[in-house]
Amino acid sequence: MDATDLARWQFAITTVYHYLFVPITIGMSLIVAVFHTAWVRTRRPEWLRLAKFFGRLFLINFALGLVTGIVQEFQFGMNWSDYSRFVGDIFGAPLAIEALLAFFLESTFLGLWIFGWGRLPEKLHASTMWIVHIGTVLSAYFILAANSFMQHPVGYTYNEAAGRAELTDFFAVLTNKVQLITFPHVIFAAYMTGAAVIMGVAMYLMRREAKAAAIPDDLARGDAPMYRKAARLGAVVSLVAAVGVIATGDVQGKIMTEVQPMKMAAAEGLYESVPQGLGAPFSVLTIGSLDGSAATPLIEIPGLLSFLATGSFDGAVKGINELKAEYAQTYGASGNPRVADLASAFVPNIPTTYWSFRLMIGLGIAASIIALAVLWTTRNGRTPTGKWLLYAGVAAPLLPVFANSFGWIFTEVGRQPWLVFGLMTTANGVSPSVSMGEVITSMSVFTLLYGALAVVEIKLFLHYVRKGAEPFEEPQDPADRDEDAPLVFAY
Amino acid sequence: MDLATFWFIVLGVLWTGYLVLEGFDFGVGMLLPVLGGKRYAADAVDGEKRRRLLINTIGPVWDGNEVWVLTAGGATFAAFPHWYATLFSGFYLPLLLILVALIVRNLGFEYRHKRPGVRWKAQWDQAIFWGSLVPALLWGVALTNIVRGVPIDENKEFTGNLFTLLNPVGLLGGLVFVALFLTHGAIFIALKTDGKVRYEARLIAQRVGIVAAVLAVVLLGVIGLADGKPASWVTTVVAAVALLGAIAANRAGREGWAFIGTAVTIAMAVATYFIVLFPNVMPSTTNPAYNLTIENASSTDYTLKVMTIVALIFTPIVLIYQGWTYWVFRKRLTTNVIPDDAPLEPASR
Repeated sequence: MDATDLARWQFAITTVYHYLFVPITIGMSLIVAVFHTAWVRTRRPEWLRLAKFFGRLFLINFALGLVTGIVQEFQFGMNWSDYSRFVGDIFGAPLAIEALLAFFLESTFLGLWIFGWGRLPEKLHASTMWIVHIGTVLSAYFILAANSFMQHPVGYTYNEAAGRAELTDFFAVLTNKVQLITFPHVIFAAYMTGAAVIMGVAMYLMRREAKAAAIPDDLARGDAPMYRKAARLGAVVSLVAAVGVIATGDVQGKIMTEVQPMKMAAAEGLYESVPQGLGAPFSVLTIGSLDGSAATPLIEIPGLLSFLATGSFDGAVKGINELKAEYAQTYGASGNPRVADLASAFVPNIPTTYWSFRLMIGLGIAASIIALAVLWTTRNGRTPTGKWLLYAGVAAPLLPVFANSFGWIFTEVGRQPWLVFGLMTTANGVSPSVSMGEVITSMSVFTLLYGALAVVEIKLFLHYVRKGAEPFEEPQDPADRDEDAPLVFAY
Repeated sequence: MDLATFWFIVLGVLWTGYLVLEGFDFGVGMLLPVLGGKRYAADAVDGEKRRRLLINTIGPVWDGNEVWVLTAGGATFAAFPHWYATLFSGFYLPLLLILVALIVRNLGFEYRHKRPGVRWKAQWDQAIFWGSLVPALLWGVALTNIVRGVPIDENKEFTGNLFTLLNPVGLLGGLVFVALFLTHGAIFIALKTDGKVRYEARLIAQRVGIVAAVLAVVLLGVIGLADGKPASWVTTVVAAVALLGAIAANRAGREGWAFIGTAVTIAMAVATYFIVLFPNVMPSTTNPAYNLTIENASSTDYTLKVMTIVALIFTPIVLIYQGWTYWVFRKRLTTNVIPDDAPLEPASR
C-alpha cells in the first residue's frame, strides 16, 4: 500500500460516508416540504404532525451530511494537491459556486425552518423547506458538473507551459453531456432513497399502531391511517423515481460506452470484443476469477450488455483487451507527463466494477419490489400488520442507500486509472508534501470518528422513530405570539 | 486593478465575513461552560437553561455563518489553485484538527437537546466548547503563519511540519483570535439576551476585552514591524481604536455599538493581514523567489471573469437573506423562552 492507495482509501471512506446522508437529505427535504405545504393548504392535523415528525428525522440525518460535507470542501487540497493545481482553474469554480448558491441557501433557510414555528407567517415558513430542497438540488448540480469533468473533460485547453488544464468554456462544463444525464440519474436516485426512508419508518409505525388497536374502530381513530398515508406516499414517490432512475441510467450507459468504453467493458468483465450481430450477454452472477481466464457466468441474459451499451440487442461491444490496445495508442504516446506512469495499466479493478455495477442495479430493484409490495398490501384502505413489514421497514431505507454507494463506487473505480479521464492519472494527483504518516493519521481519525458518529446517529434516529409523531397542537399565530412563550424547536 | 487582485480582496472579504460571524459563534461556544457553569448558574436546572439559552442565541444562524469558510475554501480553490493546494496540503494536521473540531461542535448544536440525559448533554457541551476553542486557536495560528511566511520550496510545496507552525508569533496569533472571539461572543450574548445573563456577559466582555486589546496590539505591532506598510498601520490603529471603543461602549451598556466595535476590530485585523500579505498570498521563508503571489498562484482571467460575474450577482442576494434572518430573530432571549419539556434525567440510555 503506497501513499496513493492511502489517499484513495481516505477519499473513498470520507466520500462514501458523506454520500450515505446526501440522497436522504435531498429526498426527505422534498417530502417534508410536501407535508408542510399540505398542512398549510388543508389544515388537516396529520400533515402537520407528519411534517414535524419527519422534519426531526430529516434534521438528525442532515446534521451528519453537513459536517461530513465540510471535509469534502478541503480534502482536495489536503490529499490531492497536484490534482488541485492541475484542474483548479476548472474544478474550483463549480465548488465555489456550489457554496455561494447552494450551501448558503440550505443552511440559512434550514435555520429559518427550525426556528420559524410560530414566528414566520405560515406560508412563508412552509416555503423555507422548499428553498432548502432547491438548495440541495443546486448543490448536486454543481458538484456533479465538477465530477462530470473528471469523467469526460470538456470546455478546457491543456496549457503545457503552465502545466495545467485551463477553462475555456464554463457553459460547456455546466452542460457536459455526462453531467446532463448524471444529474437527473442522481436526483431520481435521491428521491427514491428519501422516499424509501419515509416509507420504511411509516410502515414500521403503521404496523405498531395497527397492532395496538384492539378493534377496527380504534384502528381508524388511532395513528395507523396517518402512517399508512405516509407509507403510500413514500412508496409512490419511490416507484416514480425508480422509473426515472432506470430511464436515465439507460441513457447514461450509452453515453458512458461512448466516452468511457473501458468502464462499460469493466462493468461486465468483458475481455474479448463482441462484434456486431452477435449480441453481448449480461451475466447476472459469475464465479471464477474475472481476470479473463476462468470466469464462469452462472446466469446470463443474452444480448443485454449490447442493449445497455448501444440500445440494440446485437450491437457491437468492445472488450477490455481491444480497448487496452486503443487506449495505449491514444494516451500512452500523448507526451502528457501526467499519464506517463500508465505503461500497461488502462484497466480498472474488474471485480470491483463488476460487482458494484450489479449491486447498484440489484439493490435498486429490490427497493422497488418493497415499494410495490407496500402499495399492493395497503390498497383499498387495507392496513397490513404482517411481521414482514418489520424486515421490509428496515430494508426499505438501506437498500437504496447502498445502491447509491455502489453506483458511486462503480463510476469512480471504473474511471481508474484516470483521475481526470485522458488527462491525469490518479497516482499523479496526490499531494507530494503530505507524508504517509499524516495520511494514516487523518484516515484513522476520520474512520474512528465517523464510525462513532454513525452509532450515535442511528441510535438517535431510531429513538425518534420509536417515539412516533407528537400529538397535534394548534400552532400559534405569529401575529399574537407571546414573546415570553417557550420556543418551538429550540435547541 | 486586475481580476486576480480583485479576487485577493474578495478572499479578504470572505475571511472577514467568516471571522466576524463565526467569531461570535466560537465565543458563545467557549463561554458555554462559563456563563452556563457553576460559577454563574443558581443550580443544575438553571445551568441547563442557561446553556440552552446561549446555544439558542446563535441557533438559527451558526450554520449560515459557517458557510462563509466553505465559500472561502471554494473561492481559494477556484481563484488561486496553487494557494489552495499548498496551504491545505501543507497545513495538513492543523486543518485536520479544525475539521474534527467543527464536526463535533456542529453535532453538539444539533444533537445535545435531542435527548434528556445529563451525561448526553454534558458530552455535547464538551464537544461545543472544544469545537469552538480549537478552530479559533488554529485559524489564528494558520493565518498568522501565512502572513509571516512559511518554508516553501521551488515546487510551491510546503516543506515544514506541524512544529514549524507552532512558533511564538503563530501561537500569539492563535491566542489573539481566541481572546477577540471571547470578547466578541460575550458582547453578542449581551446583545441577544436579557436578565442576569446579559449583565454577566458584559462583565466578562469587560475583562477579556482588555486582555484581547493588549495581545492584539502586540501581535499587530510585531507583524507590522516586520512587514508593515502605511496602509496596514492605518488598519492596525483603526482595529485598536475600535476595540477600545467597544470596551467603552460595553461598559456604558451600549451593546449594539460594542458589537459593531468588535466586528470592526476583527475586520480591520483581517485587513491588516491581507495588506501585509499583498502582493503575495503565501510568502516563502526559504527564498523570496519561491513566494506564492497573486500572479503566480491565480487562475486564468477567463475563470476569474466567470467567478466575478457569479459573485457580483449572488453575493448581494446572500447578504440580503442572511441579513433578513438576523432581522427575523432579532429579539432578545431570556431563560423564560427555553421550554421545560426536557426534564433532567440522571443518565442517558
